[in-house]
Amino acid sequence: MEITTTQYKSCDLVKASGRVDSNTAPDMDKAFEEIINAGRHKIILNMSDVEFISSAGLRVLISTQKECKKLNRGELVLSAVPERVYTALDLAGFVPLFKITDNDTDAVGLF
Amino acid sequence: MTEKNPNTNLTRELANGAPKKSTQSATFPAQFKSLDEVREFTARQAEACGFEPDEIYAVKMAVDEGFTNIVEHAYGGECQEEIECSCQTNDEGLTITLIDCGQPFNPLEVPEPDLESDLDDRMIGGLGLFFIRQLMDEVSFNFVPKSEGEGECNVLTMKKRKKRTD
Repeated sequence: MEITTTQYKSCDLVKASGRVDSNTAPDMDKAFEEIINAGRHKIILNMSDVEFISSAGLRVLISTQKECKKLNRGELVLSAVPERVYTALDLAGFVPLFKITDNDTDAVGLF
Repeated sequence: MTEKNPNTNLTRELANGAPKKSTQSATFPAQFKSLDEVREFTARQAEACGFEPDEIYAVKMAVDEGFTNIVEHAYGGECQEEIECSCQTNDEGLTITLIDCGQPFNPLEVPEPDLESDLDDRMIGGLGLFFIRQLMDEVSFNFVPKSEGEGECNVLTMKKRKKRTD
């Protein structure tokens, strides 16, 4: 898995690519943690190049969402979610817990 | 990864009309970095068995969750022990078994996650097993005696049936 983060004025964009499993999910968690520790809680995760996600990856999304939504200070928005990732989110019952946008521009517009 | 039957080419066998029953086994270190190889190993067997891409993806997810559960629960974390993955294919479909000789651990006793609860109190521990149950057609668990020494090994068996085409 590759992960890049870009800081914008209103939010932070994280792009993950490749496979998010028990081996790589901690790296994604770390990327989110760094943003949150910097006092920023409006995060977009672009998932367009995520080929695979397991429950370990989904768990990171949930714990990040909890952290971001605390005190109404922000949230984690998912952008460009591939069909198979969406299926996993849906199977886990996580779809209602995230705003999901077609692209990053739409996600930025939510903040 | 150590493949037990490195010379058996399942795809070639099938193409030649050879018997359609085949078993491939491989052992992997009980570490998360093995997951890529475990998923690819089972995906190759599922593909040779004639499954569709979506079904192959489901098999990859199920084996990932099963392997992760064993590392986390039977072995209590990543270690130098091994996990054996066997794939048996026949006309009906694919049967995957994951065998470990860690602590006795029956994943089927893990409570199901509450998928309806609020974000704050959502229990997500049993999510991996929930996925396995959703993605595979049959899931069972049993113990077998260790091949060497005393004690028992955990055997997780997951079956994926081929859709009937008639």
